[in-house]
Amino acid sequence: MNVERRKFDALIIGAGGGGLRAALQLARADAQVAVVSKVFPTRSHTVAAQGGVNAALANVLPDNWHWHMFDTVKGSDYLGDQDAIEYMCRAAPKAVYELEHAGVPFSRLENGRIYQRAFGGQSQDFGGEQAARTCAAADRTGHAILHTLYQQNIRARTHFFDEYFAIDLIRDREGYVLGALVMSIESGECLLIEAKATLIATGGAGQLFRTCTNALINTGDGIAMAMRAGVPAQDMEFFQFHPTGIAGKGMLITEGARGEGGYLINREGERFMERYAPHARDLASRDVVARAIATEVREGRGCGPEGDHVLLKVDHLGEEVVAKRLPGIRELALTFLHIDPAKEPIPVYPTAHYTMGGIPTNRFGQVVAPVRHGPEEPVPGLYAAGECACVSVHGANRLGGNSLLDIIVFGRAAARHIVGFLQENRYHRPLERESVERALEHRARWDRKGKGEPVAEIRRELRKVMEEHCGVFRDQQVLSEGLDKVKALAERLQEAVISDHSRIFNTARVEAMETENLMDLALATVTSALARTESRGAHSRIDFPERDDENWMKHTLCFADGRLDYKPVRTRPLTVDPFPPKPRVY
Amino acid sequence: MPMRFSIYRYDPDRDARPHMQEYELAEVRPGMMLLEALIELKRQDESLGFRRSCQEGVCGSDAMNINGRNGLACITPLKDLKEPVTLRPLPGMPVIRDLIVDMEPFYRQYRAVKPWLTGETPEVEREQLQSPEERERLDGLYECILCACCSTSCPSFWWNPERFLGPAALLQAWRFLADSRDQATDQRLSLLEGNYRLFRCHTIMNCVEVCPKGLNPTRAIGRIKALMVKKSV
Ligand SMILES: Cc1cc2nc3c(=O)[nH]c(=O)nc-3n(C[C@H](O)[C@H](O)[C@H](O)COP(=O)(O)OP(=O)(O)OC[C@H]3O[C@@H](n4cnc5c(N)ncnc54)[C@H](O)[C@@H]3O)c2cc1C
Ligand code: SF4
Ligand code: SF4
Ligand code: FES
Repeated sequence: MNVERRKFDALIIGAGGGGLRAALQLARADAQVAVVSKVFPTRSHTVAAQGGVNAALANVLPDNWHWHMFDTVKGSDYLGDQDAIEYMCRAAPKAVYELEHAGVPFSRLENGRIYQRAFGGQSQDFGGEQAARTCAAADRTGHAILHTLYQQNIRARTHFFDEYFAIDLIRDREGYVLGALVMSIESGECLLIEAKATLIATGGAGQLFRTCTNALINTGDGIAMAMRAGVPAQDMEFFQFHPTGIAGKGMLITEGARGEGGYLINREGERFMERYAPHARDLASRDVVARAIATEVREGRGCGPEGDHVLLKVDHLGEEVVAKRLPGIRELALTFLHIDPAKEPIPVYPTAHYTMGGIPTNRFGQVVAPVRHGPEEPVPGLYAAGECACVSVHGANRLGGNSLLDIIVFGRAAARHIVGFLQENRYHRPLERESVERALEHRARWDRKGKGEPVAEIRRELRKVMEEHCGVFRDQQVLSEGLDKVKALAERLQEAVISDHSRIFNTARVEAMETENLMDLALATVTSALARTESRGAHSRIDFPERDDENWMKHTLCFADGRLDYKPVRTRPLTVDPFPPKPRVY
Repeated sequence: MPMRFSIYRYDPDRDARPHMQEYELAEVRPGMMLLEALIELKRQDESLGFRRSCQEGVCGSDAMNINGRNGLACITPLKDLKEPVTLRPLPGMPVIRDLIVDMEPFYRQYRAVKPWLTGETPEVEREQLQSPEERERLDGLYECILCACCSTSCPSFWWNPERFLGPAALLQAWRFLADSRDQATDQRLSLLEGNYRLFRCHTIMNCVEVCPKGLNPTRAIGRIKALMVKKSV
């Protein structure tokens, strides 16, 4: 085992909003924390979040956490776990105030309080009038939050390993997770970070799909690492397609654009959302709006010469609202489309956006898996938070503004639980050679020379297959063809090679390891989607158009070998009455 | 239509010296950005090294010197570029490999201005109030993505990298000075005293010209200077 070793109390893999919020909490509790990130922290994808973060502050319209909870349960199409949802919605106002105190430059109302805008799926009084629950820093909320959390972490002297790539978790025979094998991208050297507790906060896997709103680094590494360590991936069939990506390109136009009063039209100039969601219209839940757009286009009412998109109008809001509330999307539209949204409508189409599934956790951020006693046994020493985790607060469909909330609430919750865990587990457990060697072998796999296909080609094909076979609408045939194709690609990846074997900042090697991770997740996603013979939230089966609560109100668990298992939804909240499943109309 | 590129290559393990390598991109699609071209070129040559992530100008990863001017590859349209498109790493920074520079000197300066809100302990159960006008003073400051386009095009920064803080760090210094919630004005100003840290800016304006986010570090530096003068009389 010829590898350098470092020891910390806690290891956090990922420096997005989830990882940084947890790190801050741990640093304040005087724990020794290492944060590993494959990019400099402020380059994590949280930086791209636009619209805002939900909390029932009631600064603009009446609100309370219980209404927020109702909307989240309904939005999840009743697949969300109600204990975790209650916890999150109750914690939201305090979590947002903490961010404000830390320095986040939220937009403000005349009375000096935090500005809140309307977002999709939000209501007052359990399904009544539209609510305004999304706290915003213009349309750069993610940037504002991520930079602030990074700044506070420098102040707290958190120990950062920037541009280190995590390869695999180290787990002993008793099941304890003891840290991870990571690699300095700059030097190519491996480093073994031993930790009493390890938190995975590696974000989502939007790179599974060709057209997506996600950064190139969003390859779901943490979920794949957990799967390789024996933890199943939960609910991977639920992938959110955001209704309004820039058509053909994928960059996101925030739901906030509709929250500020924008709306969608088809080629006839019709506000078609009135037909699909008479009450909430353009601010119905994302899955509903995405399907509506896809349907308009399929039925020949799309815009443009190819009829392949619809238009998002914000020009009627006036120059000032666009400049003040939506400066970021204006910049995007000008850069990528040469269109000024204050003057012309924006061509949009549903785009892969958010990974609802992920590493199964409970509301304390502990990773849970079926081992001996029931489906939710904590994996000792392992935690997950943020988009890579599946608590599950988003169930089958996430509400806009709930993910930034998820990362800060559960980043903090996980850190708090880790503090307790550290008190009971004062010493590092001895490392077992085998587990480290397995990880080192995995790293060495890409040293293989000789003939073989380039990895980049396989990655491109995979993303295309996923888009064509696992998109907004699915059925048995399309999915099973998709599964065959992904399996064939997985086999080709076994034989692939990289041509660059250099040591220093070898990006080809990093991309190859990311592609392996994507492949594992693609298999889990298609396998889970094929098995679920109902339509719920973002998972929409043409051959099974109805939700089937009797057979399918349960979470999918997919293991690395493709084996499926299921566990019940937690329908019992912490203190209030459960929200039983109801037909979902907006 | 094909397009020609000339790209700075350097792998310290292999090359005694950096060199320029010629590439050709067979097909330029309409609306294509420079980063997309680089990704295509990397398919031809996996060893070509550059950083990238968001592809939309918000993460600050892919700053480089493009035909002599610093910018972000992902929001630089190919059609505006003269051929061969000459790409070099950000000037004045140690090169790690190809277009990848060691950003640590830049980050060190950022950290040196103590870029975090420092105030009294606020009441836990509500936000601190700030009027829309007070908040507006942060516009044009907080949006910085730490790409280093500005600092690495600033002559004063090249000549005094250890002592002059550079436009990006100074912009952040002003971001906190300008925040009505921040209580550390005096400490912040005393951090910037002396001949170099702030006063090496000779308002050459390179920084303003290259900032991909349209921010204006020169103006921020001017404001800090004005505040110092005001405080000292
Ligand atoms: C364009 C866009 C707009 C959005 N807007 C909103 C919004 O308005 N409101 C909202 O609530 N949500 C929004 N979301 C969703 C939300 O931004 C994300 O879900 C959330 O920011 C994820 O945060 P995270 O901390 O889990 O992960 P990320 O911010 O993605 O961070 C992941 C971290 O893990 C690191 N990492 C990953 N793999 C490895 C590895 N192998 N080794 C080392 N490090 C690794 C990365 O370097 C990074 O630091 C938006 C998403 C997108 C794409
Ligand atoms: S204005 Fe000042 S900071 Fe900007 S480039 Fe010139 S000398 Fe540098
Ligand atoms: S001020 Fe502009 S150029 Fe300078 S680091 Fe910030 S975003 Fe980049
Ligand atoms: S890739 Fe993020 S700024 Fe260019």
